[in-house]
Amino acid sequence: MSSPGTRAAGMKNDYRARNHPAYWAFIVHRVSGLLLTLFLPLHFWALGQAFHGAAGLDGFLAWTQHPLVKFAETGLVLLLAAHMSGGLRLLLIEFLDWRERQKSLLAVAAGLTLACGLAFLLNLV
Amino acid sequence: MQTLKVRIWRGAENGAFQEFEVPRLESQTVLDVVTHVQRKCDPTLAYRFACRVGVCGSCAMTVNGQSRWTCRTHVDKVAENGTVEIAPLRNLPVVRDLVTDMREFFDKWAKARGRFTGSKTRKDDFERVSPESKERKRVDAGIECIGCGVCYSACDVVSWNRDYLGPAALNRAWTLVNDVRDTAQAERLAAVAGDAGCHACHTHTNCTERCPKGLSPTAGIAGLKRAVLSATLSGKI
Repeated sequence: MSSPGTRAAGMKNDYRARNHPAYWAFIVHRVSGLLLTLFLPLHFWALGQAFHGAAGLDGFLAWTQHPLVKFAETGLVLLLAAHMSGGLRLLLIEFLDWRERQKSLLAVAAGLTLACGLAFLLNLV
Repeated sequence: MQTLKVRIWRGAENGAFQEFEVPRLESQTVLDVVTHVQRKCDPTLAYRFACRVGVCGSCAMTVNGQSRWTCRTHVDKVAENGTVEIAPLRNLPVVRDLVTDMREFFDKWAKARGRFTGSKTRKDDFERVSPESKERKRVDAGIECIGCGVCYSACDVVSWNRDYLGPAALNRAWTLVNDVRDTAQAERLAAVAGDAGCHACHTHTNCTERCPKGLSPTAGIAGLKRAVLSATLSGKI
């Protein structure tokens, strides 16, 4: 008899098996993480402008005040908030005995994400 | 008479759905439908069942894309537009039609040290475990597993990592970690700590969503993660 690792894999699940809130939370966490990873080089490049003197960085910062860039930044804040609140949710599930509250934690994470995005968009902070 | 359209998987992993039409009855379960097809339409249909009342855990299949125990799944609950699609469990080799090879599922229970190891003999008195103790309550929360394989079939991590022990084996390990009589705790935690153990879980909660007994293997796996961390920090494993 072969070992489990080498046996036939069996049939795979499709979207119907994954259509529930905790799986959506996983997707949001994974996608936000990947997009933030893609953003990081841009972030470091922007900070790196300071190496070429204040004018370079100031010029770039002035460009970020453009309404479209500001709007795109709201997306970035949403991604950050989603990734952070999703991560906090996972830490709470893994380090506390809170299994009955898993779905409530999901709602709290989603609410926190939207609140952060709105606060940024409405210029509250 | 009202009828139900049924699409049933035929063949092994390479196969196709075959359509049948069966009479629609009141309080009909998915297992009733499969049995009707085997007895009245095609006696070569292979499927597995025993108790028919949700105790033995042998009749699990994939119904309209979701892993379920078929003996206690009513057609009313799952039929979509008068149709039910029935396939074998996922993540397990298909023997034929609706029958899967469950060996790897149960082998992994053994790998996760899902066997009680005690120190007492029949001459010793009973161990007294308070039903109110934290450990006993944790055992109660996970002990009703019937080994149906629904969680294993629903788990994406099993699909991604063929060696992953899976929700049922880890849930079993968690109930034993909380068994104050067990003497193989360090070995068990070491067995579930590897790359294919509890830390591989992504908390999708597919297992918890689908468990027909309403258990939460996710909670047990989270408990194992904490237990492994604590045992590592204290040098026990």
